[in-house]
Amino acid sequence: MNLQFVVDGLLAGSMIGLGAIGVTLTYSILRFSNFAHGDFMAWGAYATLAAVGAIGAMFGKIAPIAPLSFGWPLIAAVVIGMAITGLLALLLDLMLFARLRAKGQAIIVVMASFGASMALRSLLEFIFTSRPTYFSRAIQIAMPVGFGIRITPDQIALLLLTAVLVLGVHLLMTRTQTGRSMQALSQNAALARIVGIDVAKVVRVTWIVGGALACVAGVMIGILIQIRPFMGFDMLLPMFAAAILGGIGSVPGAVLGGLIIGLAEAGAVQLIGAEWRAAVSFIILMTVLFVRPIGLFGVRER
Amino acid sequence: MDLLGYGAFFLTTALIFSLVTLGLNLQWGLTGLFNVGLAGFVAIGAYTSALLTTPDDAARLGGFGLPILVGWLGAMVVGGVAAAITGIATLRLRSDYLAITTFGVAVVVQLVALNAQKLTGGPFGIGFIPRPFGGLAETPLLFNLSNLAVVSVVTLIVYLALEHLSRSPWGRVLKALREDERAAISLGKSARFYRVQAFAVGGAIMALAGALQAHFTGFIAPDNYLPALTFQVWVMLIVARAATSAPSSAASWSGRFGPDREP
Repeated sequence: MNLQFVVDGLLAGSMIGLGAIGVTLTYSILRFSNFAHGDFMAWGAYATLAAVGAIGAMFGKIAPIAPLSFGWPLIAAVVIGMAITGLLALLLDLMLFARLRAKGQAIIVVMASFGASMALRSLLEFIFTSRPTYFSRAIQIAMPVGFGIRITPDQIALLLLTAVLVLGVHLLMTRTQTGRSMQALSQNAALARIVGIDVAKVVRVTWIVGGALACVAGVMIGILIQIRPFMGFDMLLPMFAAAILGGIGSVPGAVLGGLIIGLAEAGAVQLIGAEWRAAVSFIILMTVLFVRPIGLFGVRER
Repeated sequence: MDLLGYGAFFLTTALIFSLVTLGLNLQWGLTGLFNVGLAGFVAIGAYTSALLTTPDDAARLGGFGLPILVGWLGAMVVGGVAAAITGIATLRLRSDYLAITTFGVAVVVQLVALNAQKLTGGPFGIGFIPRPFGGLAETPLLFNLSNLAVVSVVTLIVYLALEHLSRSPWGRVLKALREDERAAISLGKSARFYRVQAFAVGGAIMALAGALQAHFTGFIAPDNYLPALTFQVWVMLIVARAATSAPSSAASWSGRFGPDREP
């Protein structure tokens, strides 16, 4: 068996993991599974694409940084895209989820997120059409690194970026006051309110972090594969499976879950065939639900 | 005359939707179970029945040429079993897990429908599904009216059975579980057991609706069962308000007047 699936799996796993962080945070802090999270990815990718276009219009054509397929316009555009996606998530919460959350029935919020997901996707198809687009059409030559594995400079850069982001979120969650408030709220909402934690602020931070990471994951898909309105929706099942496999509420768990699913998918593509890729996350999800429903790092529900 | 035929065709489609809505109403309205993958269960029913009743086809498995009624029963059994397995896996956990898993079921069913060519015909779908009163297809009006009668009878039977069930002790337990789980459990009712049953029966009804539609149109393909179908049926149920099973048929009719499904 060719070891190339390790690189492919790690890359797919990074995208899934970054998305799953948002899913697991929304689930543990806002207590609902957000079916619109995949569409944040797609919105992030399209927002970044639009920002790249705007920067290109203002500063003219800029050569990419030596071995990579992209230059600083894309890097700046990702930051803009993250801000836009974070704001989009905040706006959606303000207009939709916050109102329904106040009514107290979690499952209605889930249904609303399912509807919002369709609306967001249709809006993308309306604005950008459903034809796939790309950040760059340049072809990169993959370098052999031994053991039959080949990797492109873009892929190395994105793996490093994922590692930095995951470390950043982990530090945010464990070392800052905001992060500790987030953990407190997810562990016991009533007690967290009693000790005076600013719930509205924690909710805002959750949406912004989730949205921004979804944007990065979307841009990664855009750089390595392609951009299309359904790109995020197709990631939904792997993201949920990763969040549950890792244990709801656990950021390292979500990333590890994402990597496991990414590797399993890549292995399945090599062994069984690419068309069955999407079934892998479902099988893992069912196995986790039957064997250990709290996931790898989860805590039992109270 | 043509308009009358179209009216009958339209009513048949609407009634099939109301049958799906009745299944969803049993799961959500009566029991409070959240199914985001109902398109998957409808598809399971359609494909099962098509597989059992179509004439033999060399390109794929079966085509067993069985009577249509056997196809409908088979659809209900397979749909019910699939729903039961989903329920057993998730119903001891928080309600969101059921939502996520049913979503997964819809994705996987779509995947199987598209890729398992030997079983489902792949993207080309399954054709030549026998239609009730197929001999009348020469005169569309008569054909549409007789199909409308068949679908009406089935829907009426399911509706009356559900009405009866919801008033029976079984239905009262479900309502009790939905309203106050702890109180119901303290009376010695197993929450998980009853919910799995309700979910399975709901899944079987959805599968039956899928089978009815497959035999009405005579052709099925994976595109018929996209997530948009799930949302459409949810809108029908929400319009009809949860927990009353009668208005769901009315709402599903009005649902057909709404914007068409997304491409």
